[in-house]
Amino acid sequence: MDGLLLNAVIYLAAAVIAVPIAKRLGLGSVLGYLIAGVVIGPWGLKLITDVEAILHFSEFGVVLLLFVIGLELNPRRLWQMRWPILGLGGGQVAGSTLALTALGILLGWPWPVALAAGLGLSLSSTAIALQPLTERNLLTTPGGRSAFSILLFQDIAVIPMLALLPLLTFGPLAAEQGEGWVGAAKAVAAIGIIIFGGRFLTRPLFRMVADTNLREIFTAVALLLVMGIALLMQLAGLSMALGAFLAGVLLAESEYRHELETDIEPFKGLLLGLFFTAVGMSVDFGLLLSQPVRVLAMVLGLIVAKAIVLLAIARFARLQWSQTWLFVFLLAQGGEFAFVLFGSAASFGIMDAETVALLTVVVALSMATAPLLVVLNDRLIEPRFVQVSDRPHDIPEDEGNPVIVAGFGRFGQIVVRLLYANRIGVTILDHDSEIIDTLRRFDFKVFYGDATRLDLLEAAGAAKAKVLVVAVDSQEASLQLVDLAQKHFPHLKVIARARDLPHAMELMNRKVPVIERETFRSALHLGEETLKALGQPAYAARQKALMFRQHNQALLEQLHAHWDEDMDKRVTLQRQARARLQQNLEADEKAQEAARGLGWD
Amino acid sequence: MTDLQDTEKPKILVLFAHPYPHLSRVNHAMADAVRDLPHVTLHDLYETYPDFHIDVKREQALLDKHDVVVMQHPIYWYSCPSLLKEWMDSVLEYGWAYGSGGVALQGKELAQAVSTGGPDDAYRADGYNGMTMAELLRPFERSAALCGMTYRTPFLLQGARLKKPAEVTAHVAAYRQWLTDYPHPKLCPGCDVPTVPATDR
Repeated sequence: MDGLLLNAVIYLAAAVIAVPIAKRLGLGSVLGYLIAGVVIGPWGLKLITDVEAILHFSEFGVVLLLFVIGLELNPRRLWQMRWPILGLGGGQVAGSTLALTALGILLGWPWPVALAAGLGLSLSSTAIALQPLTERNLLTTPGGRSAFSILLFQDIAVIPMLALLPLLTFGPLAAEQGEGWVGAAKAVAAIGIIIFGGRFLTRPLFRMVADTNLREIFTAVALLLVMGIALLMQLAGLSMALGAFLAGVLLAESEYRHELETDIEPFKGLLLGLFFTAVGMSVDFGLLLSQPVRVLAMVLGLIVAKAIVLLAIARFARLQWSQTWLFVFLLAQGGEFAFVLFGSAASFGIMDAETVALLTVVVALSMATAPLLVVLNDRLIEPRFVQVSDRPHDIPEDEGNPVIVAGFGRFGQIVVRLLYANRIGVTILDHDSEIIDTLRRFDFKVFYGDATRLDLLEAAGAAKAKVLVVAVDSQEASLQLVDLAQKHFPHLKVIARARDLPHAMELMNRKVPVIERETFRSALHLGEETLKALGQPAYAARQKALMFRQHNQALLEQLHAHWDEDMDKRVTLQRQARARLQQNLEADEKAQEAARGLGWD
Repeated sequence: MTDLQDTEKPKILVLFAHPYPHLSRVNHAMADAVRDLPHVTLHDLYETYPDFHIDVKREQALLDKHDVVVMQHPIYWYSCPSLLKEWMDSVLEYGWAYGSGGVALQGKELAQAVSTGGPDDAYRADGYNGMTMAELLRPFERSAALCGMTYRTPFLLQGARLKKPAEVTAHVAAYRQWLTDYPHPKLCPGCDVPTVPATDR
């Protein structure tokens, strides 16, 4: 018990120290956990030695991760993804296996060893790849979706791989081939149980438990469900993660989805963290130190070989270059399934212990490089493609339009549609080529280009236009554009979208004549609707909202006058303003009541 | 006309205009009292259009479905509350309600149910307002005439602020009865539509 408690304290302390530091340095949480693992592991401070057991235990984090991802994908959406999964995933696994097996044969390994290694190394780490994708909300981008499809295919592919491994032996173990049929039957049965249970049994179960109104029992049931499925899958010789994913998909449409998600979330986060820590601990620095060149060359070879295959796939899937590199770097490492596969290969006598140890170090090191490569991509590679993308800037035609709209996202679109509806000519600039291609299909004439470039603004007809609407997402670009317009086209009336209060202040500093805080009016309107929902008459609610807006505008100007002063002053101002608004609203109500007394019934 | 039964009730559209009904004693109670009458549609203008943007087509379709329009409102500054005026300005369109081809309201009836703060003796030629209620409401009467509608004698409550609760209750009940017994314009004898010369419509 003491040992368990001590270990838990060591893990938590390591994570609490390392992860915030890594985040602060812009390295991402995964790298933070990995570093924590290296530090407390057998090659660091030697605080933890039983790496194997921890790795095994924490694999459950991956299971929970896939369960949660499954919850967000209902069967219909999964079915829509069937071609990317089969096409991209199949291509990646087949291509990487071929390339890596060839490399293994070049190293002089017998072909069964090379093939087993190739199969294992072709798989990527679901956890390591998905964490950055979910952290940055990239799962819905084409690159994120492609990566996810491939990871999902790998999770499925690991099943036949494990089943086929015995075929690579020529010894007495070959007799066990008959297992294949029994294994397949077991697999089908297990998946059948999950589908049947997920469809018909879970809902009544959840309803019953929810009716008890005991929050912790609901959490217990959620965990029991996932653990039970994992156990079932393990008994059937299948991937636990795949089973959990399947269960998640089946529950994606149930009314308990959100509760399940929030209940599982913290466990998922902690166990995944533990998993990354365990990977960090399992890097065998002894092997690395004794044969540094060989190990590092193999890591490099692995990543390069997989990256080449992934690049080809990215081209085939027509990903943009700006997304291609993240896609490649996320999937170019080895993954946790490799450990399982190599372990199995060793037990069948295909690989010797030395090879397994070597490959394990290579995989663990490659997993550690993935978050590093992601940081590299963020810092050095992606910015290039965002600015100097492979798409040449359009040369806007100067059509003599009176309005130029920069930024054609959710915000700019509404502005433009209003103007279009009134037959006002608009020249639209945006630098998201994906948005542009979609919108062109809706007959919007959008020019691709960075509106903060003087030549582009000139080509768009800024010299003759009357109004410039600055609706870009980036605050930096917004301010740059305002500066540019004020310097070179002082006749342009600038109308700007402010993303938040500090941005609004910057725009006010520049004396932009019209500034609209992007969420203010819609939030105010929701407030008005809330007053109505509480029984206030519509017109009274409207008047209150408008009075609030009037006061807020005055406050904004006051805040602007004191913006550079210290926080305390601003807090005082806001507090005073709030009190004043309350007084005014009350006075207004009193005046109305008084009017009633005078006969205005 | 002849196939109408004597008991046939007209479809009445009540245009209720009060900016702050929750602060009103009389008008609020009046509106509440007639809400459930099956032949009455209570249309709360301030509740429907708090930002004064009136859906003209929708209002016109509503008028199409009714025989009688009752404007129920307090008198504000010797006129109606501003949203009702806005309603008249935007809904009673040229070519629809009046002018060339504007016959949509012809044969329908307009009435008003209004309350005044001042007592009834203020609304006399020799009262402090120097005019009668009929004179005060003349713009509405003329508007009805221009649309080819009959203008009916208004349902009045004067000196509303001085009324005791029992009097208010009685007035509310009378209002409900007034709408319940409201005769169908097509059965109303001698309710000839006052004519405006075609050149002036």
